[in-house]
Amino acid sequence: MDADPRLLLLHPDDNVFVARDQIAKGESIAIGGRKHELDFDLRLGHKIARRDIAAGERILKYGAPIGRATRAIATGEHVHVHNVVSDYTPTYVIENGGKAA
Amino acid sequence: MSAAAKLSPAPIRGYLRADGRKGLRNVVIVAYLVECAHHVAREIALPLRDQDVHVIGFPGCYPNPYAQKMMERLATHPNVGAALLVSLGCESFDKYGLERAVRASGRPLKTLVIQAVGGTRRTIEEGRAWGAEQRAALDAMATVPMRLDELVIGTVCGGSDGTSGITGNPAAGRAFDQLVDAGAACIFEETGELIGCEHIMAARAATPDLARELEGSVAKAARYYATLGYGSFAVGNADGGLSTIEEKSMGAYAKSGSSKISGLLKPGDIPPRGGLYLLDVVPDGEVRFGFPNINDNAEIAELMACGAHVNLFITGRGSVVGSAISPVIKICANPETYRRMEDDMDVDAGRILQGRATLDQVGSEIVDLIVGLGNGARTKSEAMGHQEFILTYKSFEPIGPSCLPAA
Repeated sequence: MDADPRLLLLHPDDNVFVARDQIAKGESIAIGGRKHELDFDLRLGHKIARRDIAAGERILKYGAPIGRATRAIATGEHVHVHNVVSDYTPTYVIENGGKAA
Repeated sequence: MSAAAKLSPAPIRGYLRADGRKGLRNVVIVAYLVECAHHVAREIALPLRDQDVHVIGFPGCYPNPYAQKMMERLATHPNVGAALLVSLGCESFDKYGLERAVRASGRPLKTLVIQAVGGTRRTIEEGRAWGAEQRAALDAMATVPMRLDELVIGTVCGGSDGTSGITGNPAAGRAFDQLVDAGAACIFEETGELIGCEHIMAARAATPDLARELEGSVAKAARYYATLGYGSFAVGNADGGLSTIEEKSMGAYAKSGSSKISGLLKPGDIPPRGGLYLLDVVPDGEVRFGFPNINDNAEIAELMACGAHVNLFITGRGSVVGSAISPVIKICANPETYRRMEDDMDVDAGRILQGRATLDQVGSEIVDLIVGLGNGARTKSEAMGHQEFILTYKSFEPIGPSCLPAA
């Protein structure tokens, strides 16, 4: 599966890539031979969907589950606290007002 | 061939203690036994701060067996050459127990009781005189050859981000693999940051009993955090790209390397032999004292209490901490953070992300740095005088001999 060299695949089973560099909003990246225009700033270390992910599906990184999708996530979308929930303890961040994500 | 394998059998120099253990440093500790004695202890150490005179202490004031054990282990740590105890006089801390432990270890010891000596000024004067005297005596002490299998190395990650689990932590894991192969005792910790990978970890246990104990320690952490309503996940972690505790855990877990796990420790347990150990840092029993490890320095103190000569500290977001007693090697996982904070970082593991180094190369670089520390080199945080230290309340039940395990 072709991917932009700025994206890192940690395990063949993973449905997310990790950004190994900053990729600015509006830039075009290739995933699976298709171009995707980013509608967000992808920062170093953040995740992006490698393929379409269904609501409730496990997010796989390092080949291991790191949580579940709270809604459908399209290929090339940012995968983070706004669309992923832990199977263990909730994530609290300032952006969501201290509410569990 | 690994860096460890290329080394001569006695590549470093150490200070031999009466119990046969060897230290990489020859520190004089000034230990306050209650917060009321903290200022006096700090003032005693201040003029000697660049001469390996370090302040540690317990704010107190009511007795706690965990803090007692921690202080006893730290005051007799192999990197410690002499101990000055600073007591107010009325605190609940068992100073006689601590004195017995230090005396039994053969180290020079002095206790100054502020109420008996006659207040701040007199205690500071007496303390400084004793500290300078001990410093001079310890500086005249000869070193002895020390092998890698006499080392205890701890690892802790803090200020983690999306790069920590990809570069810094697995590189520290490669260093751990080399050190365990060379016979050293290596300790990883923070059971609350192993939530989600307990089953993967248990599969590496040396025995089925240990596998159950490892899983149990993580389940205990999860229960503890559920009661508190807050886990080991900070806002900066999310900002750095981590979405869930299990994602943070997978990254943190990487710093354990790939060796078989030989045993489980609790704070202050000394590894009986070489191998890889998990340190269970979450208190036993009912939730009594709040968040288990309120900051990274509390974890470093616990690793030191288990005898860690050096601690590897992996950070993505950036950290400036060092510690009293044991050098801290800071491994920066994020190349952008390294650029901003190079003065504080000993290792640029972000090179891995940029294709400028491999995990194995950075792992070997970390082992070489440890050897360098045993030959007089200083970490960045040591050179800048960092001496962070914190010790709070916890309660633990002793671990059974089969999972320590006994020698």
